[in-house]
Amino acid sequence: MTGLRLDGRVALVTGSTRGIGWCTARALAAHGATVIVNSRADAEAAKARAAELTEAHCVPADALACDAADPEQIREAYRRIFGTHRRLDILVNNAGILEDALIGMISDDLVERVLRVNTFGPLHHLQAAARLMRRHGGGAIVNLTSIIGTHGNVGQAVYGSAKAAVVGLTRSAAKELAPHGIRVNAVAPGLIDTDMTRGIPPERYRELVDGIGMGRVGTPEQVANAVLFLAGDLAAYITGQVLGVDGGMRI
Amino acid sequence: MAVDKLQTVFSETLGLPAEVDWSALAYRKVPEWDSVAHMQLVGEIEEAFGVMLDTADVLGMSSFAAARDILSKHGVAA
Repeated sequence: MTGLRLDGRVALVTGSTRGIGWCTARALAAHGATVIVNSRADAEAAKARAAELTEAHCVPADALACDAADPEQIREAYRRIFGTHRRLDILVNNAGILEDALIGMISDDLVERVLRVNTFGPLHHLQAAARLMRRHGGGAIVNLTSIIGTHGNVGQAVYGSAKAAVVGLTRSAAKELAPHGIRVNAVAPGLIDTDMTRGIPPERYRELVDGIGMGRVGTPEQVANAVLFLAGDLAAYITGQVLGVDGGMRI
Repeated sequence: MAVDKLQTVFSETLGLPAEVDWSALAYRKVPEWDSVAHMQLVGEIEEAFGVMLDTADVLGMSSFAAARDILSKHGVAA
């Protein structure tokens, strides 16, 4: 389908050596994009993944070590992207951490860690990416939020706050950047089979699966397909939206 | 860096009149250089000189002279 082709476009996917990020990187590369694979600190892992993309899809790929919790590293990353590629067409703000705590047991450190990675990181990335995108007439930004950010959950006041902020970021940025041809949307996964969700205690995991209308967890590929749609021309008139990918999950 | 080139970028992006007092030209001191025009100006300067400015530079570019200093900091010879 031509509307899904991304040939000639440069895409950065944060946190893309595994899980949803890696599946998204593969989906974008499979449709012709030059993907910049990002790891928080493991440059070798990112390089290996970039090499996999080039080999599998015959597209250029790049690797970048950058911690979403560190604004200075983000600024340096965009200087590098500008120096190497001179442009950025797609940003997928995927990097995130999941740490839970019940109200009354939430430490200052936990708040700081979760918000730095899950909220401040996407904001800093978006700000820098938008400046590169507006030079070439536009682009697409897809932020990964969560069903926890849109609906809330027990034990996830901090994570839910951080992901709800991403929804606010998405809607505000969409309004501000629309005149520059930059679309900003979000994807809100439900329970997805990744390393991050495999850490949920088994009993709680079963309860969550029971609340899914389709009766099964989602796959990272299914989330990546939604990101691919929002990143490409099939979504050319869509901005400021939050697309749930949750199999009809009730929470 | 040729100052004339920077002047050209400012003139064309902001739509400045022919006669400009460059030493006095400052952000929000003329109607043409408002916050919306500022981001456009940053993009045009980056494009013209092949640099990417930091957020601190964007916020600190409060005058024509400051823009020249910022470009010098990024290795564009004054």
